[in-house]
Amino acid sequence: MISYRKTVTAWLLLTPMIVIILGVSGYPLIKTIYFSMTGAKLVAPELTDSWVWFHNYVRALSSSNFREAIWHTTYFAVISVGAEMIIGVMVALLLNEVFVGRTMLRAMLILPLALPTVVNAMMWRLIYNPDFGTLNAVLVQFGVLDAYRSWLGDPATALDMVVVADVWKNFPLVALIALAALQTVPKDLYEAATLDGAGMWNRFWRITLPAIMGPLSVALVLRTIEAFKVFDIIYIMTRGGPASSTKTVSFYVYQEAFAYMRVGSGASYALIVVLISACLIAGYMYLIRKHGEA
Amino acid sequence: MQTSLARKISIYLGAALLALVIALPVLWLFIMSISSSTHLTTLPLQWWPDSPTLENYRSLLIYAENSPSQSFLYAIRNSIFIALAATGISICAAIPAAYSFSRMPGPRRKNLLYAVIAIFMLPPVALVLPLYTVMNALGLLNTHFALIIVYCSILLPFATWLLKSNFDAIPGDLDEAPIIDGANRLQAIWYVILPIARPALGAAVMMSVLLAWDEFFYGLLFTNDIRSKTITVAIADLAAGRVADYGLISAAGILAAVPPVILAFFMQKTLVSGLASGSVKG
Repeated sequence: MISYRKTVTAWLLLTPMIVIILGVSGYPLIKTIYFSMTGAKLVAPELTDSWVWFHNYVRALSSSNFREAIWHTTYFAVISVGAEMIIGVMVALLLNEVFVGRTMLRAMLILPLALPTVVNAMMWRLIYNPDFGTLNAVLVQFGVLDAYRSWLGDPATALDMVVVADVWKNFPLVALIALAALQTVPKDLYEAATLDGAGMWNRFWRITLPAIMGPLSVALVLRTIEAFKVFDIIYIMTRGGPASSTKTVSFYVYQEAFAYMRVGSGASYALIVVLISACLIAGYMYLIRKHGEA
Repeated sequence: MQTSLARKISIYLGAALLALVIALPVLWLFIMSISSSTHLTTLPLQWWPDSPTLENYRSLLIYAENSPSQSFLYAIRNSIFIALAATGISICAAIPAAYSFSRMPGPRRKNLLYAVIAIFMLPPVALVLPLYTVMNALGLLNTHFALIIVYCSILLPFATWLLKSNFDAIPGDLDEAPIIDGANRLQAIWYVILPIARPALGAAVMMSVLLAWDEFFYGLLFTNDIRSKTITVAIADLAAGRVADYGLISAAGILAAVPPVILAFFMQKTLVSGLASGSVKG
């Protein structure tokens, strides 16, 4: 009887959260699935419903524009997260050393993290400004370039420039996670390895990296999930342009549903994004289960 | 281990490079914010304004009808109100839920916790269309209320998760004792758990406020004038303006960044240990 009452109490305590989550996430998710099989329009969606089965999905997957958006998103996620991991680990290794100013430098890492995403995007847009931006000024004044370039206006460079802005904001997250993990590696392991004649490179691959792999893989998956959602920085910096070269899937859904008012097909795009995210989220779930209780 | 001179030099070089990479972009944003717009559009670019000015800050912070300051100050007000209200609702629902997950585990509740974490990670495009049509049908678009409710979909799973892993660290007998003496669960939470978990609670509140302050996607879609536009949307508007006043935009960026940066430095320790434990334990 006592355990029965305890179960009831446990669920009662969860009730407010469950009710809110069902309302703001559960119901919308199901409704998105419903929308994705209709021809619903943004204006008065209930009046313009018409059941189309999987027609939207077929159209989405056969649309070369959408496939291109998936490619841009994948490129953005792989390159930016890859760079964040490499730079993050290098910075963590640096901060794990003893030197004057280390505490201050570690505190500085908080700055990019705390800067709102929108402010970060705007700051880099100003830096990249084709006429008055600092990047052009620096490169020309130091003689690297002989003329100003339109970094965000050129389809060949735009996405990479957005990646740089994203990496600048997010590498500190990886660095802080890696640093915390590094501090749990026992010092005598290194001393023993050094005595055995292992060089710096060897010590890194044999001791350091395996020791921080757990937290690092969690950071990797978390950052990839975030990178796949990318919207804010694209909206502020390029609005998907030039020539759709920075259009990512979230931006594509936004445009389909809110600029072209096609809620039905927008929803089918959204669910394809959800499906990709779900695979990444499943990977994350696997990792946190492996590392113990959530 | 002996530190060789070469190693020492490379460490200091690396540290200097890192400091520059972090500081320079923000420093430039600050310099732009104290420059006049004519100065910023002079070529070749000069690195320091001849006459630094607070004019940009003044025109954002001193209220005047139909000026940038009007939309900016309203946006600050809207963001503060929405962030605090969404945080309040989320924390109130998250505390009992986190307690239940932490102290009264069961297989089905464990799966529910995983589901909650998964929902937190869903891309907002998965939810935005129905949320928009419902808010539209109810006439709630362009109100604080719409964003407060919608932000709960981000803040509530996050706060529940953060509090749950912190409650786990509190020894179980502390709150079992009063329950054996006849107190109910809510009393145990209120009188035993919350006083101990005050730092964690503070961290959950601050992180939730930061998340809400930073949010842009829903804000962009659900608001369209000064009555409810948030700070991120106001900055996007400024940046998209036809007549771009770089100094003004920079000052707005600096002002929008000040509250979260101060909060983050203030809770640096919690943030870092939270990141560390979050990455190991989820």
